[in-house]
Amino acid sequence: MSETIPMAPPAPQRKGRLRDRAATWLPIAVLGPSLFATFVYVFVFTGWTLYISLSNSSLLPSYEFVGFEHYASLWENRRWNVAYTNLFIFSVLYVIGTMVVGLLLAILIDQRVRAESVWRTIYLYPLAVSFVVTGTVWSWLYSPTSGIEFLVRGLGFESFTFAWTTSRELALYAIVLTGVWQASGFAMALFLAGLRSVDQDLIKAAQIDGASMFRIYRRIMIPAIGPIFIAVLVVLLQFAIKTFDLAIALTGGGPGIATTFPAIYVYDLMFQRGQIAEGAAAAIMILLALAVVLVPYSLWRVWRRRFELQI
Amino acid sequence: MTAVAAYDPLATAGAWRRSRAKIGVYVVLGIFAAWYLLPLFVVILNSFRDLPEIAENGLIALPRSFSFSAWGEAWSSFCVGGTCEGMQRNFYNSLMMTIPATIISTAFGAVNGYILSKWRFRGSEWLFGAMTLGVFMPGQIALMPWAFILGNLGLTNTISGLVLIHVVQGISFTTLFCRNYYLSIPDDLIKAARIDGAGFWRIFRRIILPLSPPILIVTVIWQFTGIWNEFLYAVVFSSGRGQPITAALIALSTNGTNVRTYDVMSAAVLIGALPPLLIYFFGGRYFIRGLTQGAIK
Repeated sequence: MSETIPMAPPAPQRKGRLRDRAATWLPIAVLGPSLFATFVYVFVFTGWTLYISLSNSSLLPSYEFVGFEHYASLWENRRWNVAYTNLFIFSVLYVIGTMVVGLLLAILIDQRVRAESVWRTIYLYPLAVSFVVTGTVWSWLYSPTSGIEFLVRGLGFESFTFAWTTSRELALYAIVLTGVWQASGFAMALFLAGLRSVDQDLIKAAQIDGASMFRIYRRIMIPAIGPIFIAVLVVLLQFAIKTFDLAIALTGGGPGIATTFPAIYVYDLMFQRGQIAEGAAAAIMILLALAVVLVPYSLWRVWRRRFELQI
Repeated sequence: MTAVAAYDPLATAGAWRRSRAKIGVYVVLGIFAAWYLLPLFVVILNSFRDLPEIAENGLIALPRSFSFSAWGEAWSSFCVGGTCEGMQRNFYNSLMMTIPATIISTAFGAVNGYILSKWRFRGSEWLFGAMTLGVFMPGQIALMPWAFILGNLGLTNTISGLVLIHVVQGISFTTLFCRNYYLSIPDDLIKAARIDGAGFWRIFRRIILPLSPPILIVTVIWQFTGIWNEFLYAVVFSSGRGQPITAALIALSTNGTNVRTYDVMSAAVLIGALPPLLIYFFGGRYFIRGLTQGAIK
């Protein structure tokens, strides 16, 4: 903890007192507007949406309290069930896929390859571009009449199919694959930074003992970057829960409702069907999902910091 | 640095195995690079190809024709949602939204970070923690409240409305970035300046700001790409000619009525991707720093 600067040093003269008082209140006054805006955004907005979800609002907000009615009808809704099942499947595959590819790329780049920064630039650029752009281009590549399927069939593999986005069963996996493509560079960057920070003496000692490269990674390097795994996991889960643009650009939630996600469903309820109370209930469910991921993570971080301070 | 150079994980094996392993490393890296670059190449090449040729040979093929016409059409004459002005209008909308929102939110973040690190008061740590909650808020929670506020302020369907949204939502991020960076500036520097009679703003201008460029670049890049690429608010709170480019691109690609004009759409997509891509290629170092800071927090 760094030391706090005393706000108002004792002032003997009268003239200085006004200035000192101004000095005490000026920072708070300057911070005020931001504090106000952020508090409204975080607490008032959440509270309001929570209240709307408990009211009988339909096309316009209304403040008549009806309790958990809309949550009940939300959970009975087939489309919501599809949406959160999709979210669950997507999250698991997306997180595992991204971390596996990210770790593989990080380990490969860690082999002292030439032109390291070129490789890194290639793997990270999808993160700079919007999901709208990457999703749109990938939707073309999945297109059977002009994309990858067309190319491979043209090479003579007539039975090859890759038209995942037009298949009810496979469209979700097209989103997973594109999501992994988009985010694995991010995992790679964090894992690589972690691998580079592992104690070099430890690795040298293992090498002298004759441990193989595979063993060194499995037994020393990967366990050493455990905290980074958890950080990447939490960030990716956040991305997954907020999935919206990617699915809209890639499949539009279709075919049918095959790739609906909670975030898409909220948007539809609020702005296409005018059921804002149920939409608000769904939005609160998204917030809860985020809390389930983030609250344990922040508690774990606080606990770890305390633990480290004790040592 | 020498410690890193001294360590070669492949040095544990014999010479032949070592070089074979090295080739394997490059092959796998190359395969992944091809997967990553495929969409970029496809979209760049197709923006210069003729439509009949694309229809005949598919999207993934080397160009046999070359023209700039798709770019001109995408920029100024292509029809999206009833108007035929191309992407230029949406591009300007995105600029008019992103530049002010980036500057304002970064300015607030710098001052807030300065206060929360160097002018702490009772409860300021707690306030900071509450402010950072804004980083995690899902956009869907804020949709109805923003619709209500923008409606009451008369900002529905305006770029100013979107600027307001992105400033308020961005302050959490910019404050977090700047505050954590300013913690590394020694407090003694500020104390000495105060003893010399420097006030709140003078210390900010003379001491904090000159030390700030690294974090301000990271923050500006993070905010610019984030706001430029944002889609949910763009599509909910704007329409037609007032849409930022992300919303217009979705309108363009789900325009089911006409035959897919891949050449023009490729150029349009590239126009939408160009500002963040340029920032990435020229400021990649800062972009990655923002990414890791934003992620780990």
